[in-house]
Amino acid sequence: MDWLASNWRTVGELTLSHLYLAGVPLLLGLALSVPLGWTAKRWRGSYAAVVTSTGLLYTIPSLALFVIMPLVLGTKILDPVNVLVAMTIYTVALLTRTVADGLMSVPDHVEQAATAMGYGGLRRLFGVELPLAVPVIAAGLRVAAVSNVSIVSIASVIGVSQLGDLLLDGYRRIIWGELLTGIVATLLLALLLDAVIQLGSRALTPWQRVAGGRP
Amino acid sequence: MIRFDAVTKEFPDGTVAVDDLTLTAPTGKITVLVGPSGCGKTTSLRMVNRMIEPTRGSISLDGQDTGRMDQAELRRGIGYVIQHAGLFPHRTVLDNIGTVPRLLGWDRKKIRERSSELLERVGLEAHLGERYPSQLSGGQQQRVGVARALAADPPVMLMDEPFSAVDPIVREQLQDEFLRLQDELGKTIVFVTHDIDEAIKLGDQVAVLRVGGTLAQVAEPAYLLAHPADDFVADFVGRDRGYRALQFQETPRLPLRPERCVVLGERPEGRGSTWLLVVDDDRKPLGWVEPARVGDRAVEDADLHRGGTVARAGGTLRGALDAALSSPSRRGVVVDDSGTLVGTVMAHEVLSAIEDTDRPERDEGDPVRGGAVTVAGDEA
Ligand SMILES: Nc1ncnc2c1ncn2[C@@H]1O[C@H](COP(=O)(O)OP(=O)(O)OP(=O)(O)O)[C@@H](O)[C@H]1O
Ligand SMILES: [Mg+2]
Repeated sequence: MDWLASNWRTVGELTLSHLYLAGVPLLLGLALSVPLGWTAKRWRGSYAAVVTSTGLLYTIPSLALFVIMPLVLGTKILDPVNVLVAMTIYTVALLTRTVADGLMSVPDHVEQAATAMGYGGLRRLFGVELPLAVPVIAAGLRVAAVSNVSIVSIASVIGVSQLGDLLLDGYRRIIWGELLTGIVATLLLALLLDAVIQLGSRALTPWQRVAGGRP
Repeated sequence: MIRFDAVTKEFPDGTVAVDDLTLTAPTGKITVLVGPSGCGKTTSLRMVNRMIEPTRGSISLDGQDTGRMDQAELRRGIGYVIQHAGLFPHRTVLDNIGTVPRLLGWDRKKIRERSSELLERVGLEAHLGERYPSQLSGGQQQRVGVARALAADPPVMLMDEPFSAVDPIVREQLQDEFLRLQDELGKTIVFVTHDIDEAIKLGDQVAVLRVGGTLAQVAEPAYLLAHPADDFVADFVGRDRGYRALQFQETPRLPLRPERCVVLGERPEGRGSTWLLVVDDDRKPLGWVEPARVGDRAVEDADLHRGGTVARAGGTLRGALDAALSSPSRRGVVVDDSGTLVGTVMAHEVLSAIEDTDRPERDEGDPVRGGAVTVAGDEA
């Protein structure tokens, strides 16, 4: 506790950058997963290829991905963009299948009705398919959020600061207070993101809450 | 008017779902497509709004080839109702109804007004408008489905087994309301069902399809029952078609007999006769009682035998015969349009009335037996 009392300002800054490095890729990844998932649904033949190839990205070790980013992007080694891009790739890896499955979970009779009323293209995606896929997508997003918060800690190894620094430094110098703060702060951040996603999903799906019970 | 001209649909896997179909659905009438499962009813229907494209042949709407029209535009001019309604679960009832007007870019106030008006039109209370579809019963959802299809007032409606997912009593209500609505609106409707009774009840014209997607016969319901074109149609319209055909025959003047009645809550006079008809203060029939069971006390609601159906004077022969057959006293109750008792009739009296009437005879535009046929006369 002594440690935290004298370092709370640093911890605050590290938490914010952790949130930034984990959260922004979450949004970017979601934005990229929608067209990918839509493609997988629209052309059923492409489903296996799209979902498997994006899913495989998740198996690349994070350290390796962080290290090769500067080579691929031509950025500096310490540039946080490397981490943002890498985390976006992980998010896409987790979310593409979710979005595809979510879009495909729209009941057949609803799809037919949409077609029969002349719903096409983007209007259909944003007006019918995505709103109905929200519960499925939100579930996937929660997994991706927790995964991002945990993976991004590794970025300390390549010198991009966030809460992982506390773990690394606390471990090296054996400062228990610092270690504990790092773990707890990471955990709280994951819980916070999870709660935000759940709230957002509830706000977007008022129809889900009434399902079943007739007032 | 919707015209199928030698339309064939062969799916990529080689299944021929519809084979050389030529058929006209006249303006302002209900044309029912009926046939066993897999005979191509849904496929035929979906070719009209081009959810499925025909392999050969063409379909025209009021003389315009649908194949040349813009798809989305075509669809927004055609109402489409399906089994399970296909409502959008994430939109309220009113928003569901307003879907097509919204796609057409109407202003919000107009959409709102139109949606509320339709909600009422299909017999739903205003407060249901704010609910989500999952909060409605199957029958209510089906009504919303109809309201939604009607929203932009399309001249054409396609309906694919819209009432088949609800229980028989609700189905009957929905059918009756649908007919009433159609009386007001006069849409050109193609209605798909696998239920011959529904086809007979709703159709101005019934087209029977057989598996393989060929047209077996198309005719007015009464005619279909009286003159099935071949064994398949005869089999399909069923064994009791003779009885069902009676529903198209207006009752001629039946020899009605006066009936001794007792008003509910009063004591029956005399106890000689077996069954006594119970009526309310307005002489509307309520049911039958056995005076012996009631004894000296007043007739109570619990004493009533309500098994008998009630026929309307000037209604159909089927109704009159059924009233007689279902009555515990064997005397069928006949009422006037306001539901007031006019008298009773016995089955043998209805039967002799039936014997005195003619069966519906061949008319002009008589379809030839079997094969693909056209229905003549496009009464617009
Ligand atoms: N997309 C498709 N690909 C291949 N065959 C199909 C396809 N859609 C329908 N069929 C076949 O075409 C035939 C007609 O199907 P359709 O759905 O029109 O029948 P239906 O008369 O509506 O039957 P039901 O009463 O069961 O709804 C069936 O044999 C069906 O298996
Ligand atoms: Mg069908």
